[in-house]
Amino acid sequence: MTAAPANLAATVEAFSHVEFDRVLGDSVARVPREDVVGFLESVRAAGYEMFIDLCAVDYLVRDPRFDVVINVVALADSSRLRVIVGVPGPDSTMPTITSVYPGADFYEREAFDLLGVSFEGHPDLTRILLPDEWEGHPLRKEIAIGSVPVQFKEANKAQ
Amino acid sequence: MSKPSDTVPGDLEAPDFNEGASPADLEPATDDRHTVHDLWLSGTEAPRQLGSFTHEGAQEMLHEESDQILSSQRGTIVEDDFEGAAGSGDDELQIINMGPQHPATHGVLRLHIELDGETIRRVKPIIGYLHTGMEKTAEALTFMQGSTNVTRMDYLSPLHNELCFSLAVEKLLEVEVPPRAQAIRVLMSELNRIASHLLWSATSGFDIGALSMMIYGLRERESVLEFFEKTTGLRMNHNFIRPGGVAADLPPGWQGDVMGIIETVTAGVADFETLLLGNPIFIERTEGIGILTREECLAYGVTGPLARASGIDYDVRKVFPYSGFEQYEFEVPTASNGDVYDRFVVRFEEMRQSMRILEQVVETIPAGDYRTENRKVTPPPRARIDESMEALIHHFKIFTEGFRVPAGETYQAVESSRGELGMYLVSDGGPKPWRLHVRGPSFAHVQALPMMLTDSLIADTVAALASADPVMGDVDR
Repeated sequence: MTAAPANLAATVEAFSHVEFDRVLGDSVARVPREDVVGFLESVRAAGYEMFIDLCAVDYLVRDPRFDVVINVVALADSSRLRVIVGVPGPDSTMPTITSVYPGADFYEREAFDLLGVSFEGHPDLTRILLPDEWEGHPLRKEIAIGSVPVQFKEANKAQ
Repeated sequence: MSKPSDTVPGDLEAPDFNEGASPADLEPATDDRHTVHDLWLSGTEAPRQLGSFTHEGAQEMLHEESDQILSSQRGTIVEDDFEGAAGSGDDELQIINMGPQHPATHGVLRLHIELDGETIRRVKPIIGYLHTGMEKTAEALTFMQGSTNVTRMDYLSPLHNELCFSLAVEKLLEVEVPPRAQAIRVLMSELNRIASHLLWSATSGFDIGALSMMIYGLRERESVLEFFEKTTGLRMNHNFIRPGGVAADLPPGWQGDVMGIIETVTAGVADFETLLLGNPIFIERTEGIGILTREECLAYGVTGPLARASGIDYDVRKVFPYSGFEQYEFEVPTASNGDVYDRFVVRFEEMRQSMRILEQVVETIPAGDYRTENRKVTPPPRARIDESMEALIHHFKIFTEGFRVPAGETYQAVESSRGELGMYLVSDGGPKPWRLHVRGPSFAHVQALPMMLTDSLIADTVAALASADPVMGDVDR
């Protein structure tokens, strides 16, 4: 476990099955989705108290199909940690991390809206950028650009 | 004609928009006109229900919500400083709508606000009115074209967007940028920070009631924009910083221009401070308003001047330096109260520090290339194209197919005018990004609005919102 940042010694011990890596100078941890909340709690206790980012990536043909990528920062040690959670395509859910980092709220809604990853336990998992009536999740790779007509929710009601 | 009332002058048949009219009622000759064209003619449409225009479906704020949602709308998740609830009967509460067309929302932000008299009890930001799917668009553009796309996101600090994207691509390519290009990038992005802060002080001063700030702020900003126009050809959306370097070298006599800007802005900032910071009316409107505590900033990913006004000395330029920022001497100004007043103080001081960096760039800028010599990302020089077929093909390939970026993923952050601007870039080895996620600082700041606004007066909404400086192009992307 040499790839793990030094300030995460306790976390490495508690989550021995989590793989740590260095990718182009960044610390990356791959966490199974069942453990993500516990892992992040431990990471937060280790000093990574600043929530920066959460996003999802669709790899389409890979298994697991989605990656949910969480970025946190430890101010005291000036270190960044990227936590990657694999989410399979057929069952694209993972537990919400809003209990650990409340700021993930909007970011989880965005990932749900644009990629269709559901966050179990999220207080208000609704679309955030697209209108409610929108069908599908446009950042998924099977959705081609231009294949969805512009949807104005009042367009069909006007007549 | 069976219905003369539907006919408009000029013998044009108007389509029948009357509800309940089935195709069978219509004359056969006009049938396909009605079905194919959705023709709009004045006075022929059915009256629309105004009510249906303002509902937001699942994103609407309701009178009764679950406890979890209530705590997020009251901003009490991190720190419970809510004063409402007790003493106020539910029948005295009303939900009002601010935006998306409100002049003080700096774009198309919409807030649902629950009011108890004049006091705000709950806030729900509703966004997405400016969503144009730029992350999806980025997947269809080559890495070469990508900076044209990202520059339009946060339209008040376009150079930071370009810089962040270019740095991410260069990281995956493992391309080194020459020192002169790095210095030009530092110079341009710091000028952009000054321009953005000047516009911010103009508009937020205006929002609070200091009307002359609008004129002074925009006047000083003009000097920066003129330099941008001279250097990049455009006043905004420059596409100047590109993977591999910058688009062009600085124009002749740029040192004089930059020193002139420093002189103008230094005098300007001193004026602003005299105008605002000591003004009793201004102090009354800003002190203790829109407070964010240190813990709230951390939990909600609030960065930039907002976090620094709350006592967090987090600046990406210092903590995770990029583009040679470690060579320059500057300080990260912080304040401790986390209110609107402190955000003014921090931003004014930030402009001074940016000018310090500019002076150092003017003194120390090295000679050399303004873009990398790596032919993978940089097209061959113009002269070579005339004499070599291979150079012509190479040039053509770079601009049509684009260059390939090794498979991998990276997160790159820069300190934009508003805070940490991050891009998570995934490449599958092709000439286009597989995924580009943009972490806009304003997105996090809009999310933190409930904590800033609850328990304050409705009139303070404008001051607190202005101090957060959200740019909706950055929020919605």
